[in-house]
Amino acid sequence: MNMTLFKGKQRKILPGFGLSMGYTVFYLSAIVLVPLSTIVISAFGMNPETFFGAISSPRVLASYRLSVSTALLASLFDAVAGFLTAWTLVRYRFPGRRILDALVDLPFALPTAVAGICFATLYSPVGWLGQFLAKINMELINKPSGIVIALIFIGFPFVVRTVQPVIAELEPEIEESAQSLGANRWQTFRKILLPHLFPALLTGITLAFARGIGEYGSVIFIAGNLPFKTEIAPLMIMTKLDQFDYNGASAVAFVLLLISFTMLILLNGVQRWQQKAYQ
Amino acid sequence: MSIEIRNITKSYPGYTALDDISLSIRTGELIALLGPSGCGKTTLLRIIAGLETADKGSIILEDKDTTNLPAREKNVGFVFQHYALFRRLNVFDNVAFGLNVRPSSQRQSKSEIRDRVMHLLQLVQMEWAVKRYPSQLSGGQRQRIALARALAVNPKVLLLDEPFSALDAKVRLELRRWLRKLHEDIHVTSIFVTHDQEEALELADRIVVINKGKIEQLGSPQEVYDHPANAFVYNFLGNVNVFQGRIRNGKVVIGDHPVDTPHLLDGHEEKNGQAFIRPHEIGVSRIRSSESDLVGKIRDIRIMGSQIGLELETTGFEKLIEAEIPRDTWRNLQLNRGDEVFVTLNKVKVFTGDYEI
Repeated sequence: MNMTLFKGKQRKILPGFGLSMGYTVFYLSAIVLVPLSTIVISAFGMNPETFFGAISSPRVLASYRLSVSTALLASLFDAVAGFLTAWTLVRYRFPGRRILDALVDLPFALPTAVAGICFATLYSPVGWLGQFLAKINMELINKPSGIVIALIFIGFPFVVRTVQPVIAELEPEIEESAQSLGANRWQTFRKILLPHLFPALLTGITLAFARGIGEYGSVIFIAGNLPFKTEIAPLMIMTKLDQFDYNGASAVAFVLLLISFTMLILLNGVQRWQQKAYQ
Repeated sequence: MSIEIRNITKSYPGYTALDDISLSIRTGELIALLGPSGCGKTTLLRIIAGLETADKGSIILEDKDTTNLPAREKNVGFVFQHYALFRRLNVFDNVAFGLNVRPSSQRQSKSEIRDRVMHLLQLVQMEWAVKRYPSQLSGGQRQRIALARALAVNPKVLLLDEPFSALDAKVRLELRRWLRKLHEDIHVTSIFVTHDQEEALELADRIVVINKGKIEQLGSPQEVYDHPANAFVYNFLGNVNVFQGRIRNGKVVIGDHPVDTPHLLDGHEEKNGQAFIRPHEIGVSRIRSSESDLVGKIRDIRIMGSQIGLELETTGFEKLIEAEIPRDTWRNLQLNRGDEVFVTLNKVKVFTGDYEI
């Protein structure tokens, strides 16, 4: 009897569950699930030979390898740079902090094609930075390293924005108490700060990585798109569509979808495991 | 370990947190820094711990100048108001932290560290919680762990920054008594900061009353309570009625009521003064006991537990007088709201000059 009373009470406090849940399910279906399911359906509609043939051609495999490795490198770089930026923005007060804070979101807001053109101009052998790189025989244009640069730019805000609130809720007293117990800076970072920030950092890295695998606009301008060398996986989809090979495009897309999905599920698992251990 | 604080000064843009503070603390003492919030007491504690730097002055721990040492080389135990436990470490690792971060040449063996941690957990009566995480403990339990963690490294002095203020009343009282007992057992020189006069009076060997970056009075709880050095100290240590008055010929006139103030006989000049009287030092009676008694009317009665608070309206006084009488007296006198009573002002304490509180 107590239970029924309690339930009735709860419904009164937070009304509208049925309606809002209905909306949530509807929109998620319309915007996320239905479009994605078309890929799954068309991938499963193919006969296995066409499907595996499409995704296991050497050119496609090379593109997967390139996308995964550049996205991984870029997201790891973002982890360091993003962490430092988030730390600076939270812990220090300096003139222009708010402007800097707003600038972090620029990669979110900027059309990625604009970013791609900027990079292409900047790093071309006659560009501002490219001319100096050319002197030391380093070239970023038409190279995987150029792709990494573009993906670093794209993934950067993901790390900053996931780590920032966690740093903000970490009281300075935590560090102070570590110091007064005799820990040096490195020990404080290694034993106290890092374990605390790790789940957020991991989330940021995963999001940056997932985004990096799918990034198209900014990369194609700088990558040169040389088959087997600098062709990224999303470009393969475009190429196949240009050739009216819809099945092939769906197959490549399906694998990308699978990678993203696996990443997110893994992330969820790690976060749960972390929660369980410390709460 | 004795602590010598010499001429410590610290300013922030716009105000002076500490203004030339000097203080010496003997080995094994338990000292309370008492003052209103923003008076500089926490800043002083943080300077001793090396978590903040002083503009001027020095801190000497047992004949060694430690003013410019970083916090981690001071060997000072610090307990924070909000515990500051390491959330990702369990209770054992929290307490062992200070022992584990020592350079390998000075680090004890694993089993020695284990023994030390278990000993401390026993001391704070928390050995059952070894494997718990801070989020699984109550506020009082967390603060005990914080204390064990601070004591683990054998600090020369123990500093506590409002250690009980985040706890509920009952736990606070319990932990306060427990800390007093613990201090008697381990006798480490300790300083704690508080804005709660009761806590300072009950716990400390000596109290340092601080206001606006300066020491107002230093003394044992009894000295400070019975012989407050000035109006601020009197006012800060407990409830008090304050009356503005004029001092003339050794008497202070408050309202139209003259009160003898033999300690202010100097000169015949008329001065402004303030008269203080604690609520429990006011006598309330149905019969007049002396000529100087006031006639009053009970405006309100508050039942506060063992004491009963009365609000009295008296002729000649603009402000209501607050009095406190024991419950038994109240019952015997059968006082009700609106009753007329005679009010005796015992032990009026007068300080000259205008005092801003």
